[in-house]
Amino acid sequence: MSKKISVKVTLKKGVLDPQGKAIEHALGTLGFQGVENVTQGKLIEMDVADDTTDAQIKEMCEQLLANPVIEDYEIKSA
Amino acid sequence: MKTAIITFPGTNRENDMAAAVKLTTGKSPDLIWHKETTLENYDLIILPGGFSYGDYLRCGAMAAHSPIMKEIIAQAEKGTRIFGVCNGFQMLIETRILPGALLKNKNLKFICKNVHLRSENTDTHFTKHLKEGSVIEVPVAHGDGNYFATPDILSDLAANDQVAFRYCDAQGNVSEEANANGSIDNIAGIYNKRKTILGMMPHPENATLSHQKTQDGVPLFEGILNGLM
Repeated sequence: MSKKISVKVTLKKGVLDPQGKAIEHALGTLGFQGVENVTQGKLIEMDVADDTTDAQIKEMCEQLLANPVIEDYEIKSA
Repeated sequence: MKTAIITFPGTNRENDMAAAVKLTTGKSPDLIWHKETTLENYDLIILPGGFSYGDYLRCGAMAAHSPIMKEIIAQAEKGTRIFGVCNGFQMLIETRILPGALLKNKNLKFICKNVHLRSENTDTHFTKHLKEGSVIEVPVAHGDGNYFATPDILSDLAANDQVAFRYCDAQGNVSEEANANGSIDNIAGIYNKRKTILGMMPHPENATLSHQKTQDGVPLFEGILNGLM
């Protein structure tokens, strides 16, 4: 049996996010007013074996899925 | 002396690097595929530029977990000289052999042009043929070269004199206008604490041969290789 896990990876506050800025600018160009603080991240979804521990999933994030110097991550199980 | 250039799926600057090494030493380096697990008797290991694994997840993140990387980390701990350029620098960052991170360029563009670099600490094996404060002109070619470091990492870099190169103008002024990609403090390249490892975004190997715009990379390669010959 397996369970579904999703990991949301976002840039830490204070880390320049030029992609977020570009999206924000484009939304303004399209005529959407008052859009602020746009950020862009990644969503990683996976099926893991049922007995996978939270600690193991955290390790996956620390070692590969996120770069802890610049990114925060949030683990969710469906 | 023996030099190894490590190649990954998506590496594309290995022959440029090999040409620069051959020009300096007269000897061709070995090209080593990333599936190898040992690196015996190499004096210098080079991680060249390219787009390993299509830059999936983060540039260099996949290569950082290739089979050869365990051996490269072990060699780094032993003090073997390692030189990473562009994607190779990104790999050294992703393996955490070097500190910090490399973000998308501030202007979101892939930048391919010649830039000026000011040599900072030149009291190292790598840069001893350059004069501190002197300017070299070499190309950059990257989309994710915007160096980032937390205040802790930055003060560590300063305390240990680990900054190798900063983006500057032709006169050597380190300014915002001369900052090619938005890197914090204009940092273009850094050493590890022991100065046995150098990682940099610009391509000095593409400033060595007579048909290239400048040959400003030559003293760097002479420094890197001569002490080992």
